[in-house]
Amino acid sequence: MQNRVPPLLISILAIGIAILYLPMLVLIAYSFNASALVSVWGGFSTGWYTQLVHNDQILDAAWLSLKIGIIVATGSVILGTLAAIALFRFKAFRGRLLLTGMVNAPLVMPEIVTGITQLLLFVSMLHFFGWPHRGITTIVIAHIAFCSAYVTVTVQARLHGADRSLEEAAMDLGSGPVRAFIDTTLPAIAPALASSWLLSFTLSLDDLVISSFVSGPGASTLPMVIFSKVKLGVSPDVNALASLIIGAVGVCVLFAGYLMRRTERRRVLDAQMAER
Amino acid sequence: MTSWLSRHGKWFIILPPLLFLMIFFLIPFGFALVISLADTAVRVPPFSDILSISPDWHIHLTLNLGNFKYLFNDEVYGLSYYYSIKTAFFSTLICLGLGYPMAYAIARTSRSTQSILLLVIILPFWTSFLLRVYALEGIIRETGLLNTALLWLGVIHHPLQIMRTTLAVYIGIVYSYLPFMVLPLFATLEKLDHSLLEAAGDLGSPPWRAFLDVTLPLSTQGIIAGSMLVFIPAIGEFVIPTLLGGPNNLMIGRVLWDEFFGNRDWPVASAVAIAFLVLLVGPIALYQHYSSKQLES
Repeated sequence: MQNRVPPLLISILAIGIAILYLPMLVLIAYSFNASALVSVWGGFSTGWYTQLVHNDQILDAAWLSLKIGIIVATGSVILGTLAAIALFRFKAFRGRLLLTGMVNAPLVMPEIVTGITQLLLFVSMLHFFGWPHRGITTIVIAHIAFCSAYVTVTVQARLHGADRSLEEAAMDLGSGPVRAFIDTTLPAIAPALASSWLLSFTLSLDDLVISSFVSGPGASTLPMVIFSKVKLGVSPDVNALASLIIGAVGVCVLFAGYLMRRTERRRVLDAQMAER
Repeated sequence: MTSWLSRHGKWFIILPPLLFLMIFFLIPFGFALVISLADTAVRVPPFSDILSISPDWHIHLTLNLGNFKYLFNDEVYGLSYYYSIKTAFFSTLICLGLGYPMAYAIARTSRSTQSILLLVIILPFWTSFLLRVYALEGIIRETGLLNTALLWLGVIHHPLQIMRTTLAVYIGIVYSYLPFMVLPLFATLEKLDHSLLEAAGDLGSPPWRAFLDVTLPLSTQGIIAGSMLVFIPAIGEFVIPTLLGGPNNLMIGRVLWDEFFGNRDWPVASAVAIAFLVLLVGPIALYQHYSSKQLES
């Protein structure tokens, strides 16, 4: 499947990529616009960034979202990995079909439906048990429920590639099951754990719909604040914020990609060395 | 399989995710179903009890199908279902039309170029969805890049009104979900056996004929997986019609949101959600079927 890609295909590919990136580039350009009017270019300015630093509402929301994101990503990786191992290792147990369904459904379930149903659960739970109050707790729980599904899918794919015989060899050499897992399989699936942690973190950081439903008074995440601002039209300090986020994500993904490629290469090298 | 775990040790691994997802993902749907059969009530939470036990120990089960009847009678709901399906369907088609050539072009480049291009396609997915939809406004609003460019080129003499129209919703969905179309298509097209095309060429098929007879049928899996990955989220989309669409772009997501936050009618909102789920069963089953097939191969 190489060379002689028809020029027509190349141009459609270029147009498609341009469509994906142009709006973000324009947004970044406008974040440096001195004029508050979006239609006028008032010269270069970093004024909106300065204003952003003094906007407590946005800063508080960003801090809240970061905290939630870290808890959610960590919880999702633990829970999602357990589910992946359960589905991969144990071919027959009661509830296997149920678990399979429940880790696949969140991937295709519209957020708005998940959000409503979870809110109904939380409200009823509060009514009967007096817990949980709507706020950070409910957002974290709701996010873990859908993020762990992404973790499971990612880790499962990785487990398929991991060499089970290494773990068996470790056990033959006298390692306990947990020890053998930590020494052999865990390093092999580590890149998947890292990337699914990042994925859960971004999904949580980005979620508007589910958070809006399950959150309570006083817990406004960053997307909720941004949404309430941009619903009213273009706002220049959101432009600045968006540019920062796009920049940070870009750098993180590129760095993560680089790291993953490096560790992967080292792992393959190690395996080759071991075989010799 | 349980050679390294004592007989019941495996439940320490299975139970935490199983119980968590059951309580916080599956059971909520049961709640929604139950509440969709309740009456609206002025209290906290704002719906009536379905099961009640009277002082003489009779259990009363009050099912209220009125909410579902209401869905059929009030044309707002029917229209929003129809409009959501229509919008999702045509945006999926546009994504397919644009995404197929893109995936095909990527599949035909060298391995190293492929991984770079794939990263380029995936990268937007990692940035905030909300911010990307918002960024689109800078392109399509009256004074945005598109109108400025077209005016400058002399193609149009008055700025086009795109924001707050149906067209804006289509643009928004295609822009947001295009990567979901390209990736599964690439996955199938990459595995395609190129010698089949050469054979078709040797046997005298013109390239377009070979494409229709060989490439297209062999990429059905990718087409269906990609289409469902666009269609399913598009149909429940809330952010795009709210930020880019006009007041008449009534999609289910928006109706649900308004019913919940505006009218605070939780039983009707639950009924809308349940009906919406029923609508989605077909596409979801189709997606699961084809994506599991793709995983196997």
